[in-house]
Amino acid sequence: MTLIEKTAAELIDALAAGETTSVELTQAHLDRIAAVDGDVHAFLHIDAEGALSQAAASDARRANGDALHALDGVPIAVKDVLTTTGLPTTCGSKILEGWVPPYDATVVKKIKAAGLPILGKTNMDEFAMGSSTEHSAYGPTKNPWKLDRIPGGSGGGSAAAVAAFEAPLALGTDTGGSIRQPGAVTGTVGVKPTYGSVSRYGLVALANSLDQVGPVTRTVLDSALLHELIGGHDPLDSTSTTTPVTGLVDAARAGATGDLKGVKVGVIKELAGEGWAPDVMAKFNESVDLLTKLGADVVEVSTPSFKHAMAAYYLILPAECSSNLAKFDAMRYGLRVTPDGDPSAEDVMKASRDAGFGDEVKRRIILGTYALSSGYYDAYYGQAQKIRTLIIEDFKKAFEQVDVLVSPTSPSTAFPLGAKLDDPLAMYMQDLATIPANLAGTPGISVPAGVSDVDGLPVGVQLLAPVLEDARLYRVGAALEGAIGPVLSIDKLEVAR
Amino acid sequence: MTETLVPFDEVLERYDPAFGLEVHVELNTNTKMFCGCPATFGGEPNSQVCPTCLGLPGSMPVVNAKAVESAIRIGLALNGSIAEWCRFARKNYFYPDMPKNFQTSQYDEPIVYDGYLDVEVEGETFRIEIERAHMEEDTGKTTHIGGATGRIHGADYSLVDYNRAGIPLIEIVTRPILGTGAKAPLVAKAYVAALREILLGLGVSDVRMDQGSMRCDVNLSLSPKGSGKLGTRTETKNVNSLRSVERAVRFEMSRHAGILDAGEAIFQETRHFHEDTGTTSAGRAKSDADDYRYFPEPDLVPVAPSREWVEELRASLPERTADKRARLQVEWGYSDLEMRDVWAAGALSLIEATVAEGASAQAARKWWMAELSRSANDRGVELAELGVTPVQVAEVQKLVDAKTLTDKLARQVFEGLLAGEGTVSEIIDARGLAVVSDDGALGAAVDEAIDAQPAVAEKIRGGNQAAAGALIGAVMKATGGKADAKRVRELILEKLS
Repeated sequence: MTLIEKTAAELIDALAAGETTSVELTQAHLDRIAAVDGDVHAFLHIDAEGALSQAAASDARRANGDALHALDGVPIAVKDVLTTTGLPTTCGSKILEGWVPPYDATVVKKIKAAGLPILGKTNMDEFAMGSSTEHSAYGPTKNPWKLDRIPGGSGGGSAAAVAAFEAPLALGTDTGGSIRQPGAVTGTVGVKPTYGSVSRYGLVALANSLDQVGPVTRTVLDSALLHELIGGHDPLDSTSTTTPVTGLVDAARAGATGDLKGVKVGVIKELAGEGWAPDVMAKFNESVDLLTKLGADVVEVSTPSFKHAMAAYYLILPAECSSNLAKFDAMRYGLRVTPDGDPSAEDVMKASRDAGFGDEVKRRIILGTYALSSGYYDAYYGQAQKIRTLIIEDFKKAFEQVDVLVSPTSPSTAFPLGAKLDDPLAMYMQDLATIPANLAGTPGISVPAGVSDVDGLPVGVQLLAPVLEDARLYRVGAALEGAIGPVLSIDKLEVAR
Repeated sequence: MTETLVPFDEVLERYDPAFGLEVHVELNTNTKMFCGCPATFGGEPNSQVCPTCLGLPGSMPVVNAKAVESAIRIGLALNGSIAEWCRFARKNYFYPDMPKNFQTSQYDEPIVYDGYLDVEVEGETFRIEIERAHMEEDTGKTTHIGGATGRIHGADYSLVDYNRAGIPLIEIVTRPILGTGAKAPLVAKAYVAALREILLGLGVSDVRMDQGSMRCDVNLSLSPKGSGKLGTRTETKNVNSLRSVERAVRFEMSRHAGILDAGEAIFQETRHFHEDTGTTSAGRAKSDADDYRYFPEPDLVPVAPSREWVEELRASLPERTADKRARLQVEWGYSDLEMRDVWAAGALSLIEATVAEGASAQAARKWWMAELSRSANDRGVELAELGVTPVQVAEVQKLVDAKTLTDKLARQVFEGLLAGEGTVSEIIDARGLAVVSDDGALGAAVDEAIDAQPAVAEKIRGGNQAAAGALIGAVMKATGGKADAKRVRELILEKLS
């Protein structure tokens, strides 16, 4: 097995045993990026020089016995929605083309402090709005399994980078499924942590009450390692929880033993049936059977308010983002377009935003502005928040009966590029299963369930746990992963060796 | 359009005024409302900024606990209720001095509500009901370059300094105040003066209207006498002194009456007050029409001051103004009328400080209420803005007590202070204001005067002591006003007895 095919956990051992160096490792990934990213387009910015210099520093520390962390020297890719000093942060938008932040996001500070070399910034739907990465202003990312397919979104770049073995680890963000859904369609693992357990300081906000930063990896254990590194209270984030983020790696190792006796699993009744592709459901049902074989008690659970989740989400998100994106006004940073004549500041703002924002972003800003406007607030945003409460209640009730919930992650496998661009609502339906967890703040993971019998493309299974019980996802996820066996391998990709 | 201004007394014949005041207070916390930047005044432009107060993508707010404490103390001092639970809200609108293009403020859940302040005007007490007080952040400061007036119209370009952006503000809003009739302008002024005294006493702000740390917006409407319905109001901004509050109310009453007399409707708008003319001019259309699309700030958690904390703060409030007034009146031995006049002139704190520096209460009152009040009136400023300090007044009085200065010479010292000629001692030296009390010099001058007016001298020898006045006058003239008049009189009577 080549270096780039190793998991992060294996690389930790290899580095510790002196079998490889961070420079060798980082170079191997840079070579892979050079070889395939012309086709995959997972990266918006590649920092070869920076990554190698960080790798060299890591090797020097390790030689001195001063490794900062187990993951010191393991390279990582970062979704372009997180601020990084020295590297551009565009959020996949023209309005931030070339903007280099003067400060690091807290999660970026943490990975730097642990010594992980940063390979570069990954592609995304513009301002994280989308489920296919086709709304990136810099061109889409392709699914490494089949280059004419979407890699999921909004974090298609991070998922594709990891799936294509361009990076062993990546950071993503999940507002309505933007880590989990790409994970499902690329055969990788993606986790949305409990809301508040990972700092949002430096995460360019889409929907403040829904966004979370999370790990994108090839194995459940790798996600646990990265999740523990980035999690924890941040005084700069007022919504950040104080409960320590620990025990995830232990939970993943415990789960890998394959014993789920005593664990109660609930299959969500409402996330099945019409709109769910048969090949996806087939793989999902196989996973459920496996859970039973592993010793879990599997029952059906009903969460009736989930059918309103989409409507609530597509009111709350646009409302919050219409306000969050107001700051892009060409006055202090970002694209500035000055119309002819004697334009006022307002004229410059309008021209810049018109030129700098793509259609999906404009669509959601207009929707959100309308939903918040006088006379409509109660009917739209107000109602949506009430539905949110109902969803939280449904989760609570469900978790009184079971320890984790399970569903397919995405209604279909990776669809062709362009297939849903003319139908925004059809695109929104990709997030049916993932949205409820964002509305309730509960954590979720997508684990590869296998590949479709129809098109050979990956299918993901989603696990959901109560708030602050992320460890359960790692235990059950690792057990399931072990039982399913490897799904992703470099030979299955269209971008092979 | 020519305006008809109805004479003030006539306005009251036909109309009842209603006014409301919105006062913004800049708190004197060390750091800004939502970040750790220094809140000090006067730094190099854009030197006291950070990602949060610049509204950089990815930045997040953290609440300044001291600002919350100040808000609660202000609320308690205004007899208000402190919310058990409240939130911040976003007030969304676009303007270059707004880094996020929304202001983090409070909407329908203010931290303080239902307070009041009693003010006294010409012996009558009025209760000003305070609807609410809430926390918010200040905007940046814009300077317009190139236009004739320094305002935006006709300017070539504008510069924005974000040092002020994010400084904590408390906005205090009264309910509409009815039933003040002809005293409306004075009641409005008295309220702002009383509010200022309280805020000074709490030590939460410099409350300098001339520097912008206290800003007052005046709302006014008229309704036909006895109709009981509120009329359409206008808001007047740029009211930068107590005097301007009074004049703004007075002017708007006359202007509204002119429009209503003509059978026309008041246009609801924001107007601009002009210091030099005491008039208002049209600004922009009033923002009842503006839709700020308020929604709860999702990056902050609710503020829920414990009842224990509130009571702790209540117990540590400084003495109530009314109690202080009563106590000082007794201590100083002032009559009711004298105390009332002191209060109305805004001289209470000044006299208190002067007494603290060693002057007697009577002397302090004499200087502040007579000489200095006259000077303030002549210059059209408040006593506190005159530029003469309690320390200086006490110093001058000490010299009078020591007979180094006469009252007349003391007045010249104050003249010098107001003209900015330097310190008390510098002025005395430069102008040569020492009292001539040396009996030798005085004796010579007295002899000269006696010789020059033998008839008067005869009268005095004959027992008419009152006639000495003419001789005293002559000596004063001869000594350039520097003779100690009392001693001169004594010498005259001695020599002519």
